Amino acid sequence: MRKMPRFLFWFIVILTILAILIDLPRRIPISFKTPQLPIINKEISFERTLYGFDPNIVLKNIGIRRDFSFKKGLDLEGGTSVTLKAEMKDVPADQRDNALQSAKTVIEKRVNFFGVSEPVIQTARVNDDYRIIVELPGVTNVDEAVNLIGKTAQLSFWENGASGSAKLASGSALPLGITSIFPDPVKTNLTGKDLKESNIVFDPNNSQPQVQLIFTDEGSKKFGDITRRNLQKVVAIVLDNEIIQAPQVNQVISTGDAVITGSFTTEQAKAVSIQLNAGALPVSLTTLEQRTIGATLGQESLLKSLFAGILGFVIIVIFMCVLYGRLGIIASIALFLYSLFVLALFKLVPVTLTLAGIAGFILSIGMAVDANILIFERMKEELRRDRKKDIAIELGFARAWTSIRDSNISSIITSLILIYFGTGIVRGFAITLLIGVLVSMFSAITVTRTFLRMIYR
Amino acid sequence: MDIVGKRNFYFLVSLILILPGIISLLLFGLKLSIDFTGGTRIEYRITDKTKPTNLDIEQLIKQEEIEVGSVQSSGKNSFIIRTKPLNPDQTKKIQETLDKKYQDVKQLSTETIGPTIGEETALNAFKSIALASILIVIYIAWSFRKVPKPASSWRFGVCAVGALLHDVLVVVGIFSILGKLYHVEVDSLFVTAILTVIGFSVHDTIVVFDRIRENLIRAGTSTSFERITNDSILQTLGRSLNTSLTVILTLFTMLLFGGETIRWFVVALLIGIASGTYSSIFNAAPLLVVWEEWSRKRALKNKKG
Repeated sequence: MRKMPRFLFWFIVILTILAILIDLPRRIPISFKTPQLPIINKEISFERTLYGFDPNIVLKNIGIRRDFSFKKGLDLEGGTSVTLKAEMKDVPADQRDNALQSAKTVIEKRVNFFGVSEPVIQTARVNDDYRIIVELPGVTNVDEAVNLIGKTAQLSFWENGASGSAKLASGSALPLGITSIFPDPVKTNLTGKDLKESNIVFDPNNSQPQVQLIFTDEGSKKFGDITRRNLQKVVAIVLDNEIIQAPQVNQVISTGDAVITGSFTTEQAKAVSIQLNAGALPVSLTTLEQRTIGATLGQESLLKSLFAGILGFVIIVIFMCVLYGRLGIIASIALFLYSLFVLALFKLVPVTLTLAGIAGFILSIGMAVDANILIFERMKEELRRDRKKDIAIELGFARAWTSIRDSNISSIITSLILIYFGTGIVRGFAITLLIGVLVSMFSAITVTRTFLRMIYR
Repeated sequence: MDIVGKRNFYFLVSLILILPGIISLLLFGLKLSIDFTGGTRIEYRITDKTKPTNLDIEQLIKQEEIEVGSVQSSGKNSFIIRTKPLNPDQTKKIQETLDKKYQDVKQLSTETIGPTIGEETALNAFKSIALASILIVIYIAWSFRKVPKPASSWRFGVCAVGALLHDVLVVVGIFSILGKLYHVEVDSLFVTAILTVIGFSVHDTIVVFDRIRENLIRAGTSTSFERITNDSILQTLGRSLNTSLTVILTLFTMLLFGGETIRWFVVALLIGIASGTYSSIFNAAPLLVVWEEWSRKRALKNKKG
């Protein structure tokens, strides 16, 4: 038992060093400029970037690569979160999970084409509702986002029924306004599936953006047939039951290359092209919930809560030192280590930091101090009973333990329930609280006890 | 100090604290945010020389035939507009209308929540509070199973939850009054606050109960339960106050500097934690004594009868 404190002490030291290495930002730009200095009559300017330790240098050797930076939630970084409901009415029950998965894949592709960094796309099932939750950091144009994600992108070509020959039976839903073009509209067998790729190109004459369609071999054949059948007639190009263009066919096109002129803005042309490239959604989606937070608001909230957190920490340190003197200093050191460990865990897990999460963290600092207060109050009591200092320390820890255990377990129960039932904010809060409670049991008990034993040996 | 002896006085204080809230709750209910009811909430920052008021903006939007629930200012030059769920075209229209009339209109955030999601959030909130309470009773009952007679471990669990309900009622009641007077809304962050308060309240109560357990085992049957309980409360008083003080201090810094978004969340926590400290000292343990006396009297009666 005598040797334990020393072993534990070094263990804590190693953990601390590891935590610091993980916590340090990768790049720390330092730059300052002094005003005119009186004696040397010069301005001194200093500009350098310090590089923190990158854990990947070590991890690389065992084939792991991780991004060790804080994951910021949308409320801190700005961005859009959309919850969509998939309409599964027409899908057989045993294929619904598959349909949801493929819808997710299509959305992932679209978002990636669009160039959003670190999107989060999840599926969820709530009772009989099939849902897809999409989080797009940095995207604050909601219309754009919702249009991009939610459009089913069913491409079809329509012709007039009078021209006969091979066609598919027309579906129940006719595109809007198609009857004003064709007296007897018929859907051809050419669909988005026959598409090899789609690009955005510009009309060389008036630099209008256009959507280029390149068909597969089979698609080219079908398209060639359609143009042959409808020479000098009109063919309608329909996307999601909306006629995009109804041009007249002037020549037979068998190269498998077509252009939709429409009257697009560049953004619209890009969106259509992305949707076509990523493929059609197997189910139609409706928006259940949508949240957007501007980058400004996020940044402000982050700075404010960070400041509040640091101030809160300082106040606790002062409070503990005033109340418990030397013991308070040790508790403050333990608390500082606690913060280092928790922040390192936030990066390692990784935990997405949200405003509520930061609140949970600050709150857990309060709980971490509680364990120390319990122990110290108990020690004082034992000292009042004229126990020797080292015995009082051990008794203080031993007797406070049951309270700390029971009270923390009840906190763990609450946070687990929140993680299970909660969504979004509530969940983020609960995860930080859970990590906080677990780490605090280590820091407030093991760390403090080891330090105290080292001192009063 | 004799806390247990004056327990009726302290129960009365609790009653006075809770009663107005309950009345307000019955009369006005809570002002639920769109998190629960579904709807759209848009926040704008408008830095215009004309300094538009809430009413100006409300009328402007009403001209576009969009039904406005409320327009509220939030901090400097910021406005929160609440409506029924809007589609993207309608939100766009609002933006365009404001852009036309004012300079420098910045959309800070928008939220649209469908009614299904709202109901679900409310249901989940209720479920998690109920489940947390039940599990805590079970855990305490299990953890205190070795407590010597005449105390029963289930009583500890039930009394802890009694104190917990007290704290929840205090917070919810005050927020009902705040909602009526200052239009303070209850959102999903508020649910988080309630759950944290529950956690803290039980945390506090357990510390006192743990001391009772320890003293019961040590004293045996030589001292009365009332006396042991009172001693235990006094012995843990220092810790209870110090812990609450640290938490309340941190919360105050968050209240002053944490910004608009979490303001009412912090207020809910402050009220709840203050109430939790009170209830763990003045309600939870005295309740145990009341229960103990009651069951002893009943046992006596049974014997006589």
